[in-house]
Amino acid sequence: MSEAVNNSGEQKRIYGKPVSVKDNNFHFCAGCNHGHAHKLIGEAIDEFGIQDRTIGVAGVGCGVFLYNYLDIDVLEAPHGRACAEATGLNRVHPDKIIFTYQGDGDLAAIGMSETVHTANRGENITVIFINNIVYGMTGGQMAPTTLLGQKTTTTPYGREFGNDGYPIKMSEMLATLEGAAYVARVACNTPKNYLKAKKCVKKAFEMQINKMGFSFVEILSACPTNWGMNTQQAYRHIDEQMIPYFPLGVFKERTTADYL
Amino acid sequence: MARIMMKGNEAIAEGAIHAGCRFYFGYPITPQNDVPEYLARELPKVGGTFIQAESEVASINMVLGAAAGGARVMTSSSGPGVSLMQEGISYLAGSELPGVIAYVSRVGPGLGGIAPTQGDYKQVTTGGGHGDYYTIALAPASVEEMFSLTIKAFELADKYRNPAVVLADAILGQMKEPVEIGPRPEVKEYLAEEKRSWALYGNKGRESQLIKSLYLADGEMEDFNWRLDAKYKKMKEQDTYHEEFQTDDAEFLIVAFGSASRMAQSAIDLAREEGYRVGLLRPITIYPYPEKAVAELSKRIPKVLVVEMNTGQMVKDVKVSADRDAEVFLYARPGGGLPTPDDILEQIKKYY
Repeated sequence: MSEAVNNSGEQKRIYGKPVSVKDNNFHFCAGCNHGHAHKLIGEAIDEFGIQDRTIGVAGVGCGVFLYNYLDIDVLEAPHGRACAEATGLNRVHPDKIIFTYQGDGDLAAIGMSETVHTANRGENITVIFINNIVYGMTGGQMAPTTLLGQKTTTTPYGREFGNDGYPIKMSEMLATLEGAAYVARVACNTPKNYLKAKKCVKKAFEMQINKMGFSFVEILSACPTNWGMNTQQAYRHIDEQMIPYFPLGVFKERTTADYL
Repeated sequence: MARIMMKGNEAIAEGAIHAGCRFYFGYPITPQNDVPEYLARELPKVGGTFIQAESEVASINMVLGAAAGGARVMTSSSGPGVSLMQEGISYLAGSELPGVIAYVSRVGPGLGGIAPTQGDYKQVTTGGGHGDYYTIALAPASVEEMFSLTIKAFELADKYRNPAVVLADAILGQMKEPVEIGPRPEVKEYLAEEKRSWALYGNKGRESQLIKSLYLADGEMEDFNWRLDAKYKKMKEQDTYHEEFQTDDAEFLIVAFGSASRMAQSAIDLAREEGYRVGLLRPITIYPYPEKAVAELSKRIPKVLVVEMNTGQMVKDVKVSADRDAEVFLYARPGGGLPTPDDILEQIKKYY
């Protein structure tokens, strides 16, 4: 917690933990960006004052323990199905704020169908997609986003397109769908990137509050444990290896709620 | 009350509306397409939501999401579609959420065909998906019951916070019979937030809530499985249903459910004309199974013929439940083969 002193000498709080983030210690490994992602969501919830009407849907993977860290109602979804659960919740509670929190295996492999069709329906939900190019919880297997040449426990010689295909660019793909209202890719590996990420996560929730349709933020994240790196190396890896293939930016931003 | 000629599948759909179901998520598959088509037309008229999902996998997970939000919600499907839903049904049971699955069977395995069958009895009555759980399973034998048992399925799913299946077949789905139907009731207070305090509405005015099926701490999952088990025992005590037909003076008992029980009734009429005193026990809940009724009746009537449209699935439940001195015979017709009343009469004469 930082405190600043203003001209009259009074101390004023200018930075703190979001109210909607619980005091529990994260179980995440050192250098993992899940903690940052949780905080970004908590900050957005606080800023819009929507804590008491937000329902999170946790995908299966390292992010499944969302409910241990965010002080909101949470539904745990089967692996890959979070967007379908969010659809059910959203149709029952169109005035609540519904978001899913999903990793790359969950969202882009087993849950690809649910993700694409939920975006295509323009479902008024927000999806926070943690892309760390590996299966974290199960111990470092190849993800659909694993980079070519990357060694994982199931690509011990490196991902090779002839056998394993190419890493999927989810943001670019979803941005082609009419139902997608907002699609952005961000990272948390530098203060500058983190501040941009904060803007984009906030924007995604704002789109939902304004009933613009499906909003999606892909967060490039470090998994030092499964990458076999320390935090500094992992953050550099995001800059040097991930961002060149998964460029940061806003791929789509609908400005009116009108559909075609 | 009006007396309306209705298709069985439509009766399921109308039953759902009468039960206060305002959310339907499904995917087309023969022979149940009248259910989604009816609801696509009728749900918007009562302020409800119909979504044609991208798959049965998505359908059942949308059901799970809507159920978590406190809604009465339904999907419907058949064979391959219900197989795809089994993961989600297991999660519904594991998350202790209510939801109704209308299952209009087609012959299998594989793509099979669209002919009527009772080959999914085994799948439906043993839980169907992974893990130590069961679904409530109701087996209508008429269009009237397609309507009334669908309503009952919603009530039981809510009572136990457990998925409930209505298991029918293409005969029941496609045939028309008169149904007594009153005006559609308003959505009642069972959907009020205070009555569904377990549901997710956002944490306004209360602590944050969680609906999950993951238990990792030592002993947690064992405790949870015993809690589910206690629920299934309660179902067995309080909500096991069956019907008897001409059992009072019977010397020979047929056990059959659904369409097969209708054929058995016709056979019993023929048999009685020839002096054979035959009665029928028809399970209405196939889970929980009317074990007590089978035990008691088979003690008094120790010759039991099970008639079913599969290679012999329910016969195992009958054998487990029957009195130890009773003889249990099987007349099985799988793969869309339909027993005629004369076929069944022949079996009665063979074992009487």
